[in-house]
Amino acid sequence: MATVPMEHGLILAATLFALGLVGLLSRRNIIFMLMCVEIMLNAAALAFVTGGARWGHADGQIMIIFILTMAAAEVSVGLALILRLYNSLKTMNSDAVSGMRG
Amino acid sequence: MNWLFYISGLIAVIATVMVITRSQVVHGLLYLVVSLFAVAMVFLSLGAAFAAALEIIVYAGAIMVLFIFVIMLLNPGAEDFDHATKLFAVRVWILPGILSAILFVELLMVLAKGVPAGLHSAAVNPKDVGLSLFGPYLLGVELASLLLLAGLVGAYHLGGRRFEQGENL
Repeated sequence: MATVPMEHGLILAATLFALGLVGLLSRRNIIFMLMCVEIMLNAAALAFVTGGARWGHADGQIMIIFILTMAAAEVSVGLALILRLYNSLKTMNSDAVSGMRG
Repeated sequence: MNWLFYISGLIAVIATVMVITRSQVVHGLLYLVVSLFAVAMVFLSLGAAFAAALEIIVYAGAIMVLFIFVIMLLNPGAEDFDHATKLFAVRVWILPGILSAILFVELLMVLAKGVPAGLHSAAVNPKDVGLSLFGPYLLGVELASLLLLAGLVGAYHLGGRRFEQGENL
């Protein structure tokens, strides 16, 4: 049985990345924005796995481990920032923070 | 395993579209978990079983739980009890349930048939991953551990001063 062509995996990764980007640009709820960043990271991981499967290398899955590590660190800091933001401004709207200059 | 890839990819796209169009954060999170499951099945169909397991354990298991903790911390109040009863309305969970059921049936079919031939040709052994992780990528692993430490210290500093729950982050 033939394996999946690499182009189809990359098309799926690009679709998921574009959906995450659209969500990030259109939503103003800051938790949704963080979730859309997760979707985009996930799409990048899918592209790495597709490339790794195409050439039979383990490097794609190693990049997954690094992406997971980065996503975990980013989410923990991002959610702590969201808690601080909600505690001081009582809102989840990211536009409310745009007055915080300098 | 072409059909496995295409069905899982379709489910991933549908669930992701539902994530970015939800108005309630919890509903979006529910669809995001389904999307992560679907992407894990895509990984499996591409021969990356180790990455699929990591995706479910770390992403759907750990990172999504962090999101749920924060949503619980941010939404106290009496009106959420009404909301919690509404959460069990069929309309809310029926589509994620159907999508997850499709993924589960796919997984059962893969398990019942044994490891298909298409997976063998493209499969990358977890042993190879581990060997190169502690061979040429040793510096990367150390840097990743430093990054996790920095995330831990940053989350503790940002969340721990005003919240008792900050240690959970």
